[in-house]
Amino acid sequence: MTLRVLGFGIAREIFGAGIIQIDVEENISAGALKKFLETKFPTLKNLSSYRIAINTEFAETDDKITSEDEVAILPAVSGG
Amino acid sequence: MIEVKLTEKAIDPLACINWVMSDNSGGIDVFIGSVRSETNHRKVMRLEFEAYGEMALNKMNGIAKDVFDKWPVNKILIHHRIGILQIGEIPVLIAVAAAHRAAAFDACRYAIDTLKQNVPIWKKEVYEDGEIWVAAHP
Repeated sequence: MTLRVLGFGIAREIFGAGIIQIDVEENISAGALKKFLETKFPTLKNLSSYRIAINTEFAETDDKITSEDEVAILPAVSGG
Repeated sequence: MIEVKLTEKAIDPLACINWVMSDNSGGIDVFIGSVRSETNHRKVMRLEFEAYGEMALNKMNGIAKDVFDKWPVNKILIHHRIGILQIGEIPVLIAVAAAHRAAAFDACRYAIDTLKQNVPIWKKEVYEDGEIWVAAHP
């Protein structure tokens, strides 16, 4: 399936764009998506941490993603 | 009552305080974040804030609701800037009003600490000779 993934902060810079489009297996899990992205963008592995959000909620590793979902890559936050 | 906002405009502390004040609140606690001129002995030129807007507002509202569950407070306001900020500007302001000061102090501390952990906002520090996304790398 084709998935649109939002990137913020340093993830946006690593992607080279605020939104990227990728082709992944149907119903990919958040954990598997991380692995996929780390293959495509190895510098993600240098980050202190990053989380995946599905439809504006922090995702667990096993959470499944469909092509309808809004998926975002959230590096360690640093607001305030 | 809750007021939560992400804004590109300067935060006006007095307006925020006026919003939380009311006749039934005897204590107002305010936390103001301010852009520092130096980090780890490097001179900071400016900060750039970026937010995942919809999720950030959801999380800020969640913090405000948690505060009402945990403490007897009357009003809470959480404002956060996005965009480019110069030294001395205010990136974040949290104001809490309660009948008594203990709840206002504790709730305000909880709100800023939780915001810094869970609200999807990022800042880049720009120096004379480089730039860093804060907290991005170990």
